[in-house]
Amino acid sequence: MSSRDKILAKIAQNQPEFSALPDLKGLGNVYESPAQQFKTILEGIGGKVIEFSDWSEIKAFVHEHFDSNARITSTLPELADIAELDWVDNDPHTLENVDFTIIRGHLGVAENSAIWITESLLKQRVSAFIPQYLAIVLEANSLVSSMHEAYTQIGMEEYGFATFLAGPSKTADIEQSLVLGAHGARGLTVFLKV
Amino acid sequence: MESKVLEHSKASEVFNKDKERVGWHDETLWFVRSKRDKAAHNIPDWELLRSTASNIKHNVLSNMHDYLVEFEKNALANGVHVHWAADAEEHNKIVHGIIAKHGVTRMVKSKSMLTEECHLNDYLAKNGVEVIDTDLGERIVQLRDEPPSHIVLPAIHLKKEDVGETFHIHLGTEKGNKDPQYLTEAARHHLRETFLTRKIALTGVNFAVAQTGEFVVCTNEGNADMGAHLADVHIACMGFEKLIPRREHLGVFLRLLARSATGQPITTYSSHFKKPREGQEMHIVIVDNGRSTQLGREDFRNSLKCIRCGACMNTCPVYRRSGGHSYHNAVAGPIGSILAPNLDMRKNADLPFASTLCGSCSNVCPVKIDIHDQLYKWRQVIVKEGYATTSKKLGMGAMTFTLSNPAIYQTGGKVGRWFMRNIPFVVNNGLNPWFKNREMPEPPKESFREWYLNNKKS
Repeated sequence: MSSRDKILAKIAQNQPEFSALPDLKGLGNVYESPAQQFKTILEGIGGKVIEFSDWSEIKAFVHEHFDSNARITSTLPELADIAELDWVDNDPHTLENVDFTIIRGHLGVAENSAIWITESLLKQRVSAFIPQYLAIVLEANSLVSSMHEAYTQIGMEEYGFATFLAGPSKTADIEQSLVLGAHGARGLTVFLKV
Repeated sequence: MESKVLEHSKASEVFNKDKERVGWHDETLWFVRSKRDKAAHNIPDWELLRSTASNIKHNVLSNMHDYLVEFEKNALANGVHVHWAADAEEHNKIVHGIIAKHGVTRMVKSKSMLTEECHLNDYLAKNGVEVIDTDLGERIVQLRDEPPSHIVLPAIHLKKEDVGETFHIHLGTEKGNKDPQYLTEAARHHLRETFLTRKIALTGVNFAVAQTGEFVVCTNEGNADMGAHLADVHIACMGFEKLIPRREHLGVFLRLLARSATGQPITTYSSHFKKPREGQEMHIVIVDNGRSTQLGREDFRNSLKCIRCGACMNTCPVYRRSGGHSYHNAVAGPIGSILAPNLDMRKNADLPFASTLCGSCSNVCPVKIDIHDQLYKWRQVIVKEGYATTSKKLGMGAMTFTLSNPAIYQTGGKVGRWFMRNIPFVVNNGLNPWFKNREMPEPPKESFREWYLNNKKS
C-alpha cells in the first residue's frame, strides 16, 4: 500500500462524524466610504494613495521621484513614453535592477487595503516583488469593503498565480523594530483613478 | 527522557537567570499581544469570524478524506506534482529526491514550520545540500545555528546587539552596529543574491483549497514570492490539516491570520499559487507525520484546526517568561504543548505541564481551539500512561497518601505551621520551589478544622 493510500485510509477511519459547513452570511463590514477607509489603512501600513484623473499626473510623479538613469517598467501602454513595456517575455531574472514598476490591480479591499492582482496583470509573477519601488493603478470604483466581497467578486476566476498585496514589504524580526523593504518593494504607491 | 533535552522547567530556570532579559522578553511579546487586541477590536464581527473559522475547520476535520482527494485531483489537473509522506523521514526523502533529480546542491527556503518539525535542513545538509532560509528571523537563527523560538517571530528571543554581532561575523557588517534598518538592508542584499541564483525554492503552505487545488502562502517580507518566482522548481510542503474547502473561505482565514499574529490587517503578500509558471515545475508534498493519529483522538483532534498565528504564545504567561527554546519542539507555547505529545509522548511528557491553565490561549485563538482544556487532558493521559517525571510521581504519591490519611494530614499541617513560624529558613530557601521569586505567606495560627472545632464548642 502506498503512503497515499495508507494516509487516506487512516484518515477515513479516524475522522469525526460529518459536520456541515457554516455559511458566510453576516460577515464583513460595509464602509460608507471605502476609499477613505482604504487610504487610512494603507497609510497605516506604510503605503501611499494618490488620486489622479489624467495619466500626465503619474508621469509628473515619476519625473519628480526618479532621475533619468532609473530603470522604470510598466504594463500600461498609457505610460509608454516614461517606462519600458517590452520586458514581459524576458527571463524574470532580468528584472533584478528595476527601480520602479507601475502595474494595474483588479480591485482593492477597504478593510485591509489589500489589492488583488492576477498573473494576467503582473505579466511576470515576480514583477510586483522584485522592483525597489512599486506603484499600482486602481480604479476608484473597484474598491470593495471586505475580503468576503472581494472573494465573491473573484468567484471561480481562472489564474495560474494571484496575490493580495497590501503595502510595502516589511519586517520586524529584529527586536520588533519595523523596517520597510525586507525583500520585496521598499515602497508602495497606489494611484487611484477617479 | 532522552539525554541532552532539558525538561521545560529546567530550561526555564536557565532562561530566568537573566532577570532583566526575561522582563524584556515578557514585555516584547505582550506588546505583540496588545497589537492583536487592537486589531481584533477594530473588527465588529470578530467573534462571529472566529466561530465561523472554527466551524469551517470542524467541517474540514470531518470530511478530510474527501477534501484531500479533491485537492489532489485539482492540483494534478493544474499541472502540479503531488507527493504523500507518511512521516518526517519520507517527507525529507521526497524533497531530497526532487533536488537530486535536478542535480542541484543549493536551495532557497521560506518559512515552513513543517520542515522544522521534520528537521529537513539537517537531513539535506547531511546529503550535501545547502539550504538558505530567507525569512529574516529564520536567517538570523540559522546563522547562529539555533532553532526558531517562535513560529511567527523566529528571533524574538534575540536583542539587536545579538543580531548585530551575528551579522558582523557572517555577513561582514560593521562591528557594533545594531541598527535594525542597517542590519535588514544588509540581509536584503545578501538574500537577493541568493534568490537570483537558486534553481529550487521551497515554501510552506498557509492554506490549501480543495475546490481549486491552489495553495496560499502569506509573508510580510516577500521572501516566498522572490524565491518561488525566480526558481525553476517550486516545492511546497504542507501538513494535511492546511486544507480548507473553498476559495471563498480564504476571506475568513486571511482576515484572522495576521490580525491574530501581529495585529496587522493582513500580511503584505497573500499569494495564491495554482499552476506552475511556464517552464517551471511545481511540487506539493502532503505530510501526515502523526496527524492522522491526532485526528482519531477525540479530546485532541481540534488541535489540527491551528492556523499557526502564534497568538497563544504571545499571550501565555509561561511562554513569555520561559522562551520558545524551553519547549524543545518546533512549535512552542500552548499549541506546541498539545501537538508535541502526539508526536512523542515520552520526550514531550513535560510540555502539557508548562502551563498555568489560565485559559488566555483559548480566549485569543482565532479558530477557538480549547487549548487549556487539552493541556489538562494531556496531563491525565501522560500520568496514566506512566510518562510523568519521577519527581511528579513521587509528589503525587505523597499527596495521595497524605490526603487519604486524616491523622497524617492534620499532624503534617501542624508541623508545617510550627516550622514556618519558628524556623522559617527551613522553608524560605532555594530548595523549596514555592519560595522562588516570591515570599512565603504568614502561617495561620490554626487550621480551619481547629478553628471550627474551637468555635463549635463555645
